Amino acid sequence: MSSTTLSESHSRQGSRQELSVSISGLSHWYGKGATRRQVLQGVDLQIAAGEVVLLTGPSGCGKTTLLTLIGALRQVQDGDVRVFGQQLKGAGRGQRQKLRRRIGMIFQGHNLLRCLTAEQNVQMGSDLLPGFSYRARRDQAREWLRAVGLDAELSKLPHDLSGGQKQRVAIARALAARPKLLLADEPTAALDSATGREVVELLKRLAREQSCSVLMVTHDPRILDVADRLVRMEDGRLFQAIE
Amino acid sequence: MSGGFWSNRGIPLASLMLIRQPVRLAVALAGISFAGILMFMQLGFRDGLFDASVTVHRLFDTDIVLISPRSTSSVSMAGFPKRRLVQAMALPEVEGITPVNWNLLLWRNPETRGTRSILALGFEPGDPLFTDATLAPKAKQLTQKGRVLFDERSRPEFGPVAEWFREGRVVESEIAGKRVRVAGLIELGTSFGADGNLLTSSETFRELLPNTPPGSIEVGLIRLNADADAEEVVMRLKTLLPDDVTVLTKQGFIDFEQNYWKTGTSIGFIFTLGAAMGFVVGCVIVYQVLYSDVSDHLPEYATLMAMGYRLFNLLGVVVREGLLLALFGYLPAYAAGQGLYLLVRNATQLPVAMDFSRAFTVFTMILIMCMASAGLAMRRLVDADPAEIF
Repeated sequence: MSSTTLSESHSRQGSRQELSVSISGLSHWYGKGATRRQVLQGVDLQIAAGEVVLLTGPSGCGKTTLLTLIGALRQVQDGDVRVFGQQLKGAGRGQRQKLRRRIGMIFQGHNLLRCLTAEQNVQMGSDLLPGFSYRARRDQAREWLRAVGLDAELSKLPHDLSGGQKQRVAIARALAARPKLLLADEPTAALDSATGREVVELLKRLAREQSCSVLMVTHDPRILDVADRLVRMEDGRLFQAIE
Repeated sequence: MSGGFWSNRGIPLASLMLIRQPVRLAVALAGISFAGILMFMQLGFRDGLFDASVTVHRLFDTDIVLISPRSTSSVSMAGFPKRRLVQAMALPEVEGITPVNWNLLLWRNPETRGTRSILALGFEPGDPLFTDATLAPKAKQLTQKGRVLFDERSRPEFGPVAEWFREGRVVESEIAGKRVRVAGLIELGTSFGADGNLLTSSETFRELLPNTPPGSIEVGLIRLNADADAEEVVMRLKTLLPDDVTVLTKQGFIDFEQNYWKTGTSIGFIFTLGAAMGFVVGCVIVYQVLYSDVSDHLPEYATLMAMGYRLFNLLGVVVREGLLLALFGYLPAYAAGQGLYLLVRNATQLPVAMDFSRAFTVFTMILIMCMASAGLAMRRLVDADPAEIF
């Protein structure tokens, strides 16, 4: 099965580095000419396979930019960014799109497809996996919804789900593509504290089971304790937080 | 490949996007259907009118037709010497001939006394004229002077001739100031140039039009042996006969008439333009619907791109939406077209019917409409930047 060869190639690269993400000297600018503004200044960051890293910092300090660069959503301007050992600096559109299939993303808003049921939304994730039949992918989608505790909500549209339920569907969708790296941007922002806590714990547990690394941006001080490691960003620079 | 296409399929995003937005879908389908109906109507009218211009032409029992070169159409037929038709008999392939007088005459409505122009054909009652065999017994009635056979499918403006005749009344009226009596009913149908038709004998015809030179006819019908090649006989007649006649096959005679209406009038242009308007209106509606659909779902498309779907996959969704709209917009247009054609046939006696080529043309136009709109709406997708959704 092609997914086996995929994971073999991961581990071969991994054995050399054992790192999901390896960044050194990453700088990024927005705008041009006089309005050019530096948002990242020589960022260094390593995330080991299976590690859960929380990134905090004030708004506008460059957290989201860092996330989009690691997520291969943006072209790297200067510095070294390797995800699963693959250099992202100078990577083309097609290369980045392929890499994105191996990175799960969870957004501040749930970003579910409004016209799809919970089950279909999750299957949009598992549809990215090659070599499975429609039925198998649908069963996987159901399995993931069961794992996030939504087996009763399979055929509900996002419109009919609560905020917490939607975010749990988003987690299921992200994990359904079996990523080895999960990027989450304030996944608890739209949730009350109890629900937020629940969602993050669920996220961490499932990521662990998949030995999937997590980089989560958050403002929420109540969830900091789920992290293996905390990093803090200020004015485009990264600091290892002391616990 | 045990899996195959069906097992490799993904979530049918295009159809779900359409189905889960019923209002938008309804607007799109209504727009496409409307455009389709408009195209069906305009093209139907156009073809119907062209077809209708040869209603009578088609009925003639003939292989070759002689007309005057000065004739331009059924509404202005010029005379030529009947001798030419007799000369054609010299060829061994010729089996029979029928000289026909052809002119538009003023018919007085027996009820309202108003006059209206009607197509009158004069022939020798014993000669075969139409392929329809029911004519021959009725034609015998014409041997009496001043008798006519009236086309019961003529427009009602000519008066309740058929009704009165069926009731057993003696229907008399005036043609060009001369008294005539309806001796029977025939079924021909109206054409573009003539709202009604009547048949009479050559003798009566000359009486109605005393200025017609004797021995002058407007149409000469030539019937050939079963195994004769009409095209080849036409060639030989052309060399045999002088330039004061034009020799045509029956199809050539039909084309001659249709050609006049197609090139000599703006009918073709007007109705084609009407159909083009339908096309444009449809394009605008489908484009609007697809464009706003893509715009509304832009964050979702961007999310899919962030998940690793290719732009190509997403363009495919828009294309499939266009295809589905084309298909499901066409079906009601087709059904409505059938219904409206029936309505038009009953109201105008025009021979408008659904034929495969028009059904196919309209489908192709709708398909082009939807695909072009999808193509334009796709440009919006390029704005779906996955980096902007965090």
